[in-house]
Amino acid sequence: MEMSALDVLNAMKNDEQPSTKRNEPEKEIPNDMTNDGKYKVLIENLAVSYNGKKAIKDINMKIPDKAVTALIGPSGCGKTTLLRTINRMHDLTKGAEVTGKIIIDGENVYDSHINPILQRRKIGMVFQKPNPFPTMSIWDNVAAGLKLNGVKDKGILNEIVEDSLKMAYLWDEVKDELKKPAVALSGGQQQRLCIARALAIQPEVLLMDEPASALDPIASQKIEQTIIELKKHYTIIIVTHNMQQALRVSDRTGFMYLGDMIEYDKTETVFKNPKKELTSNYVQGRFG
Amino acid sequence: MSRDLLAKKKNFHWDSIFKITATCAGAFVLLIMVLIFGQLLSDSWLIWEKEGLSFVTGDRWNPVEGREAFGALPYIAGTLVTSLIALCIAVPLSLGIAMFLSEIAPTRIREPISFIVELLAAVPSIIYGLWGLFTFRIVFKDWFESPTHEALGEHIFLFRDAPFGLDILTASVVLAIMIIPTISAVSREILLAVPAIQREAAYMLGATKWEVFRMSVLPYAKSGLIGASILGLGRAVGETMAVTMLIGNAVGPKAFPFGFFQQGNSLASIIANEFNEASPVSMYFPALIGLGLILLFVSLAVNVCAHLIIRRVTNAHEGGIKGF
Ligand SMILES: Nc1ncnc2c1ncn2[C@@H]1O[C@H](COP(=O)(O)OP(=O)(O)OP(=O)(O)O)[C@@H](O)[C@H]1O
Ligand SMILES: [Mg+2]
Repeated sequence: MEMSALDVLNAMKNDEQPSTKRNEPEKEIPNDMTNDGKYKVLIENLAVSYNGKKAIKDINMKIPDKAVTALIGPSGCGKTTLLRTINRMHDLTKGAEVTGKIIIDGENVYDSHINPILQRRKIGMVFQKPNPFPTMSIWDNVAAGLKLNGVKDKGILNEIVEDSLKMAYLWDEVKDELKKPAVALSGGQQQRLCIARALAIQPEVLLMDEPASALDPIASQKIEQTIIELKKHYTIIIVTHNMQQALRVSDRTGFMYLGDMIEYDKTETVFKNPKKELTSNYVQGRFG
Repeated sequence: MSRDLLAKKKNFHWDSIFKITATCAGAFVLLIMVLIFGQLLSDSWLIWEKEGLSFVTGDRWNPVEGREAFGALPYIAGTLVTSLIALCIAVPLSLGIAMFLSEIAPTRIREPISFIVELLAAVPSIIYGLWGLFTFRIVFKDWFESPTHEALGEHIFLFRDAPFGLDILTASVVLAIMIIPTISAVSREILLAVPAIQREAAYMLGATKWEVFRMSVLPYAKSGLIGASILGLGRAVGETMAVTMLIGNAVGPKAFPFGFFQQGNSLASIIANEFNEASPVSMYFPALIGLGLILLFVSLAVNVCAHLIIRRVTNAHEGGIKGF
């Protein structure tokens, strides 16, 4: 699937049309933020502190199913912290304490009977810094999650590895050297490899922490294209510092500031018609 | 501020002082090495003159004047065999301890146990030697060596000798106990130094603790763990006190380590054991110094091997992770 930058741009324009159309009926029900009334992730009274110091305070959000939700806000406001609560990554961080609820498909993931390991298999994550497995080849990196989940059939593995790499727009660059060590890739390629690795386990929820921060404009447009493609099947939450990107890919946007969720609404509303002055200042680049 | 003002402010003589002191310190290391090597070589010169290379390959040991014969091979073998047995015992155990401390232990007990491990690493070797001599060798002989000898002695030559408690295996096991704290303390540091983000990559995919260890931690820490083991090996090769007290101090051809329960000797232990008896004017003294020179070479060889192994392992993922 060869695509020039122009094709991508055209494809994106075409793709924007239906998504805006689909958003239209919601204007009549401003309080309900879903497309079809379905939420995938409910965040209730969520607070996280590191060694007693609050990093996010009392956040409530309803994250719609099969849609893209963007988290924006100045550096250090708690976007990564919020994202990591969803797959219980904070379990591993010394000094981190999470209170409140994250409800996915009706179950609180912090319930004592929930096994965080099984939970994480349903949730993919792309980290802020690329972190491929350094001694594994490109192929092994993408297949790692599948192998963990017991997929052994080489044919199936090959197929999913190829599909995932294509979705992450890395396939064309690496298809002839899949056995090469992952660390031989450039930083941006490693980032896309990590995206492919997360996609390979076909997660129900995909968490992306600035997935395009290390990418050039073309690759970053390709990733946006993928995100728009993926939301047909997955629920995606993406952290980004790029306002245009949030505007292009997301259906909902949450603006965070100093650990608070200042405003969470449809992306259009947040960017074009924000209710809070703080939000309006931020999205117009007047502080940050 | 003008350009001239800035230029004047620069103080270059501190830089020169820094360079000179650092160079001197560096040269000091070289100097010590040369001095030690020179001293060993000149003091053992007579034995090399008389025996030549057969000092390294010979196995006889007779210090009686007139009938003098000196060969180092049994002790070279003794050093290598005891060290390697010790390493085989110590490495798996140490890795287990390090894994427990870095991956599994809850924070509450992690700190105290880590502290104890570091404390054990600092215990002087004479203490291990005394404990080995008065307690361990008796228990070890009654509970392990004698039963094993009775069961396997007739079938496997390694268990052939009647156990006496002071032998190759006892020395090796106490050596292992001595190097376990060192290897585990260093390995623990290495495991803890694996970046959280590496572990998280595996956790994200739904890996269990063991899977995280296998996928993320081990590959990342491999070269460091090998380094830690070699550090232990280096300590075992040069360890003197405890080995001298436990190895049995055999000399001549019968000191060749052909069985676990056999009395042997290592390069370090024979020097320590016989040093008092050697008169500087006879061949005895140069022979012992010659053993010291060989020990120095064995230690150097171990270190060089370590560097080669580590370099090979590191090359496998050269370049590191980009984008940091
Ligand atoms: N592991 C940690 N231990 C202690 N404090 C932390 C830790 N991680 C984050 N913090 C603190 O929590 C706050 C929120 O951090 P977070 O990483 O969530 O910000 P962010 O919005 O993702 O910022 P950026 O845009 O720079 O990535 C910051 O004040 C940070 O110092
Ligand atoms: Mg962040």
